[in-house]
Amino acid sequence: MKTVFARTPTLKDWPTHYCPGCGHGIAHRLIAEVIDELGIHDRTIGIAPVGCAVLAYDYLDVDMVEVAHGRAPAVATGMKRTNPEMIIFSYQGDGDLAAIGTAEIIHAAHRGEQITVIFINNAVFGMTGGQMAPTTVLGQVTATTQKGRQAVGDGYPLQVAELLAVLPGAIYIERCSLHNPAEIRKTRKAIKHAFELQVGGAQGLSMVEILSPCPTNWRMTPAKAMQWIENELTKTFPLGRLKG
Amino acid sequence: MCGNEALAEAAVIAGVDAYFGYPITPQNEIPAYMSRRMPEEGRVFVQCESELAAINMVFGASATGKRAMTSSSSPGISLMQEGISYLAGAELPAVVVNVMRGGPGLGNIAPSQGDYFQAAKGGGHGDYRSIVLGPSGVQELADCMPLAFDLADQYRMTVIILADGMLGQMMEPVVLEKKPGRKLPPKDWALTGAKGRAQNIVRSLWLKEGVVEQHNYELQAKYEQVQKNEVLCEQYQVDDAEIVVVAYGIAARIVRSAVSKAREEGIKGGWIRPITLWPFPTEQISRAAEDFKIFLTVELSCGQMVEDVRLAVAGKAPVLFYGRPGGGVPTVEEILERIRQLTIPETSELHKSGLR
Repeated sequence: MKTVFARTPTLKDWPTHYCPGCGHGIAHRLIAEVIDELGIHDRTIGIAPVGCAVLAYDYLDVDMVEVAHGRAPAVATGMKRTNPEMIIFSYQGDGDLAAIGTAEIIHAAHRGEQITVIFINNAVFGMTGGQMAPTTVLGQVTATTQKGRQAVGDGYPLQVAELLAVLPGAIYIERCSLHNPAEIRKTRKAIKHAFELQVGGAQGLSMVEILSPCPTNWRMTPAKAMQWIENELTKTFPLGRLKG
Repeated sequence: MCGNEALAEAAVIAGVDAYFGYPITPQNEIPAYMSRRMPEEGRVFVQCESELAAINMVFGASATGKRAMTSSSSPGISLMQEGISYLAGAELPAVVVNVMRGGPGLGNIAPSQGDYFQAAKGGGHGDYRSIVLGPSGVQELADCMPLAFDLADQYRMTVIILADGMLGQMMEPVVLEKKPGRKLPPKDWALTGAKGRAQNIVRSLWLKEGVVEQHNYELQAKYEQVQKNEVLCEQYQVDDAEIVVVAYGIAARIVRSAVSKAREEGIKGGWIRPITLWPFPTEQISRAAEDFKIFLTVELSCGQMVEDVRLAVAGKAPVLFYGRPGGGVPTVEEILERIRQLTIPETSELHKSGLR
């Protein structure tokens, strides 16, 4: 029998801990495929965040480290500066990157660190039970915005990709989504480009923001969650290449 | 050389691969020196956006098996406590220099020993220990650096060098030379790329029931080894002493002069100087307390190490304290006067109270 599709080697054969309809599994697979396609498995170090994806090392078969909440870009800096030949990527959620780790991501970009950042934006704190994130959209109901997020008091959604794009040290910033197969293919292309830049020694930070479904905390079916990304989330977080 | 520069050069000689830091007085000579020296050696210097970032850059470099350090002063070290706890959980080696200043809060930039509890007792969350070295001169400060890197690598722990503003700023002659280091275990846990081996994972989270409990027992077993093997302390004329003064760091320098003067006056004084503050020289102090003596602990604080001295003495002798917090530095005469008060029968409150 002819094999037409197989698990890419860097993706481990491991039972998922993610909820039904979660986007992390898709994002993990795309990263694993890109690592294998670029042939960089042997020299890649991944950084897992605090959040649902803290166990990313259970799925991605490269050397990995688990770090404090939000500090991944600083840890990545320490790794890349001392090991310029290695390929360093961080995998961070919106609580991690856009709330507690805002200083670290902005300054890593500002210094032009040669790292690749995969930023999963699902507009909530997932693991702690769906609290408001900086990326929660106006009106969105969360565990801590039970009447919907209000601009006055709760603040506006934070667009980190747009913030980073103005920094000279950020060389490639793109926002993608996982809400349908066409967008998933675009996401894969963006991840590949971000890794390729680092492999080629490009001087600066690359980040791919990925809008990703969280049906559990959005209180939606998986299918409905995909529609919500397309119809609502992309209004606040428009897709496309912001830089590079 | 000033203490700050001496320790920086000693770190370079000890083979530090990367220095990460954020400016704060009174240790600014260290990053300034490293910013020049590290690139000369083809090594890494990064001025970070915060001490949080600095300790996490140390974490990152260390996770790949490199020798990494940071330095700061008290308020900055407070910010690093999260990272130090994660380093302990993930069992990564690191060297952290704290050139202590007056606190709490922003305090001042004068010398202090107010961070003893934070360094020797934990500071961050969880049941962990850091090895803490308390040098008392510029030469010893420099000598601490290769030892710190070796201890960090041997036990996969954070080693904190507890200096103070005076040690960091004062100039003394110093000999800097490369000496043979310890034989160290291979860093087969390091993240170097999963080439021809299974992936390495550096982590501190284990969700399965009982695993973190077991991890803690393993850490404690390691800490017991450190306590057994790595205590350093200096003693002087303790055997015949009627009063033993215990002090570390810059305070020990002042104490040494005060005790010598007391001897000249016929007061039998001796001193014990812990060099490792954790592991603490509990046994040495306990032994000295077998013959009934008066213990006086002198610190640049309101009394922190004195609690460990009391634990070591365990009620066998009176333990008294003299200290000046918030940047105050006692003079030789102040300490000598305290020694006189405690030992001369006519003035000693111990004699009056019938304890002596």
